[in-house]
Amino acid sequence: MSTLDDQANQAVNAETSEAEETAFQVNDQRKGSGGYIILFFILGFVASLIVGWVIFPKLLYSQRKQPVEFNHALHNGEVDEACESCHFFREDGSYSGVPKLAQCIDCHEEVQGESEAEAKFVSEYVQKNREVPWLVYSRQPPCVFFSHAAHVKKAGMECVECHGPIGESESLKPYEQNRITGYSRDIWGANIAGLKKNAWDRMKMDDCVECHRTNNVNQGSVQTHKGGCFVCHH
Amino acid sequence: MKIDRRSFLSFVIGGAAGTAFTPLPWKLTDDSAIWTQMWPWTPVPDYGEVSYVNSTCTLCPGGCGITVRKIEERVVKIEGLSGHPVNDGGLCLLGLSGAQLLYGPRRVKTPLKKVNGKFRRISWDEAIGELATKLADLRAKGGSHKVAFIAASDQGTLPELINRFLTVYGSPNFIRTPSILDSYELTLDLMHGVQALPGFDIENTDFVLSFGSGLLDGWGSPVHMFRANSSWRDRKSTVVQIEPRLSNTAAKSDKWIPIKPGTEGALALGLAHVIIKESLYKKDFVHNYTIGFEKWRRPVVDGFSPDIVAKITDVDQTTITDLARKFARASKPLAVCGRGRGTTPGSLKEFMAVHALNALVGNLNMAGGLWTIPDADYIDWPELEMDDTASTGMQKGRIDGAGSQNYPHARYLFNRLSEVINSASSPPIDVLGVVGSNPVYTAPDTLSTKEAFEKIPLVVSFSSYMDETAEMADLILPNHIYLERYEDVPVISGIKYPLIGLAKPVIDPQFNTKHTGDVIILLAQALGGFIANAFPWESYEACLEETLGDKWETLLQQGFWLNVSFSPPSWAKAFETASGKFEFVNDQIDALPRFSSLKPEGKEASFPLVLIPYDSMRLQREFIGNPPFVIKTVEDTVLKANDVLVEISPDTARPLGLKEGGYAELSTPKGSARVKVHIYDGIKPGLVAIPAGLGHTAYSKYLAGKGVNINSLIGPVEDPASGHDAAWGIRAKLSKA
Repeated sequence: MSTLDDQANQAVNAETSEAEETAFQVNDQRKGSGGYIILFFILGFVASLIVGWVIFPKLLYSQRKQPVEFNHALHNGEVDEACESCHFFREDGSYSGVPKLAQCIDCHEEVQGESEAEAKFVSEYVQKNREVPWLVYSRQPPCVFFSHAAHVKKAGMECVECHGPIGESESLKPYEQNRITGYSRDIWGANIAGLKKNAWDRMKMDDCVECHRTNNVNQGSVQTHKGGCFVCHH
Repeated sequence: MKIDRRSFLSFVIGGAAGTAFTPLPWKLTDDSAIWTQMWPWTPVPDYGEVSYVNSTCTLCPGGCGITVRKIEERVVKIEGLSGHPVNDGGLCLLGLSGAQLLYGPRRVKTPLKKVNGKFRRISWDEAIGELATKLADLRAKGGSHKVAFIAASDQGTLPELINRFLTVYGSPNFIRTPSILDSYELTLDLMHGVQALPGFDIENTDFVLSFGSGLLDGWGSPVHMFRANSSWRDRKSTVVQIEPRLSNTAAKSDKWIPIKPGTEGALALGLAHVIIKESLYKKDFVHNYTIGFEKWRRPVVDGFSPDIVAKITDVDQTTITDLARKFARASKPLAVCGRGRGTTPGSLKEFMAVHALNALVGNLNMAGGLWTIPDADYIDWPELEMDDTASTGMQKGRIDGAGSQNYPHARYLFNRLSEVINSASSPPIDVLGVVGSNPVYTAPDTLSTKEAFEKIPLVVSFSSYMDETAEMADLILPNHIYLERYEDVPVISGIKYPLIGLAKPVIDPQFNTKHTGDVIILLAQALGGFIANAFPWESYEACLEETLGDKWETLLQQGFWLNVSFSPPSWAKAFETASGKFEFVNDQIDALPRFSSLKPEGKEASFPLVLIPYDSMRLQREFIGNPPFVIKTVEDTVLKANDVLVEISPDTARPLGLKEGGYAELSTPKGSARVKVHIYDGIKPGLVAIPAGLGHTAYSKYLAGKGVNINSLIGPVEDPASGHDAAWGIRAKLSKA
């Protein structure tokens, strides 16, 4: 930079015409703002990084509390068949998902313990015969077809492989809902970059594909052996 | 340091570059893609447990078994029930669309009362109380016979409850809506001497001779007929369709005989002429089990030779002779009649002429032939106790004249109602109940029907939908729809076995509706005394269970009860006429074949063409209007936007200057309408064909205002032999508009 400045100064000394002087003044200003331009570039760059990594995820998701507090670990200790005690397969092989009130009533027709959450559950839902509007962390969009039976019954996978150790949790974390899609944050994963440490950190299509590739199973239609869009998508 | 445009741009560029290093663009792209799949108006069924409930479809008299797929408490699909004797897994498009009737926009959600021309919600207690008070007053004044009910069937516990209520109340005016069953019942009554239903062993026939019946257009039990059609193809049976228009049935038949409409009876006698002349009839049957053959054959031989019949019918002589020979020589021939879907009773003499053909070939109660099926007899309620008012009321004679001196054979004459009401000085009906039917839409001559309904002081509709009749009613007491209620359905649509289907609730009632059976029982209880005593049941369901007795469990589990051991009586035992034989001639109605075609209404000079209605599986013309899915299937040569297309032949179109798709004014002695023209080679010159089932003014926006109601253009034509409506068309004029 100094070389350029020196050259410019020499030129000012050498030339005297007014017009040229004006031109040099302009040139001088440009030289002066050169650092700022870069500064602003960096400012913009950093600001957008902050927006993209910090502010955007906060804006994108709203937080909702589950209607009733629930302790998986406590229940797990009381039942015989682990997860399947409540999240069972129906006779026709379909998966029941989140339990309905009817199953809860099997034990909770009356208040069993001393927790406030249970008292609220019995008075608000059991006695009024209302289904609990649970917010499902792992609910996929309706265009996705997923068979629990194929994975659990046929492939012998454990619940924890996709859902993580939720069975050991003592409370339900807030449900984070994507404001654009209406879906749970757990599908994309907590990490906004989409990176994961564990298999259960994300539930996007790439994650399905990754596992199927790693294990070299059903990577296309069973019938045609070609790409099977409609195996998983409606 | 100055912040200028350059630094701002630099900031933006820096921001853009930085953004590329954040997840924001990729995440937003992904989210917006998912957002497009998540639009709230995209219907997505809930997650939940899948269950199936077996029931019976009551949307038409077909009696198909259905299995309803539910997700939790939501009906999502209706399918045909496999193994059911009527439809064995098949279902028509109306049956498939039933969920739209359940969740559609035109349900009546609560009892309604018309006050100053507008409907107001009332409670069930008020509604039943009000009706009971009105009925009690009327009865006290000796006007019990001025109460009438219109229903679509007279069999099963619901119609029987209504009939029982009317009887004990003191009114003979239970009226069944018309269909070919009226004519078939009369034919069997007069020729066999039995009160029975016609049963067609149509799947085992090897030669079907159809006098205009829309075998594949909704006649009989539609899905059963589709299955029969498959069996005809498999077994190489022959199907001959006699009809002035190339209908779907005609197109699928082996031979289509375009006939001059209204002359089908003459053709039947022409065929009989050839069969008798060439001695092709079944001698064993005719000589041993019939009476009056000699008396009948003379006029047939003298008056219906092929050359004469050819002139009457426009069918050439060789076709007539050839057809008669093939029909008589087939091993299991069967002749059927009743035009289109069979919604108009038709000419009794035509039915008897066609039935005589069945007798000549000896197919009565034989494999592949026509069987007599006894009416269902499971309803065995205690004898009624009547007071003087009830007895006096019952002796007053029916409003429609059925059973009177002028109409001794008819049981119900729905078609005479408007005329009787409109010509009376004071209203002959004070209270009219309408159950499972929509007469303001389905009765011929809409204008005079509306006039008649306006004259009735209290019209009570029991419809689940805001149909044309409900809109005109003073009180609506909405029934549950068929997916929400119990009902026994004795199948009357031509199945060859005694068969009862059970409709049962597949889902809780969605609105504040009540089973009409319960309403009748509550009404009786409100009237009290011996009327209440005639209804000892606490609810309709209790009545149904008790009535069906040992059949109840079978019906609940299987969905239908079938008398598998049934076989029709042999010829020696089949006929209960005075002679104990089949009667070709019945002096009571002058049934000698002095056949003359019934003329359509109107003068030829002012109405040079003849308008005929036609039916299709894609258009419902009875109580149930087309749901949105069904109306979507109607071709654009039938309905284009809101315009109906009428079919005319190119020869008819040319002199009138009409072009394909052009507008025309269609007028008849009953009314006129703006229509579009479809030029069609499959229709006889001189005719105009219009689809039935359009032109609703009620129901939802998906149906109302589309096309023209044929009933607004046609009137009833009284059959001199029976009094039933025998109109098959009307004179018409078509001019360029």
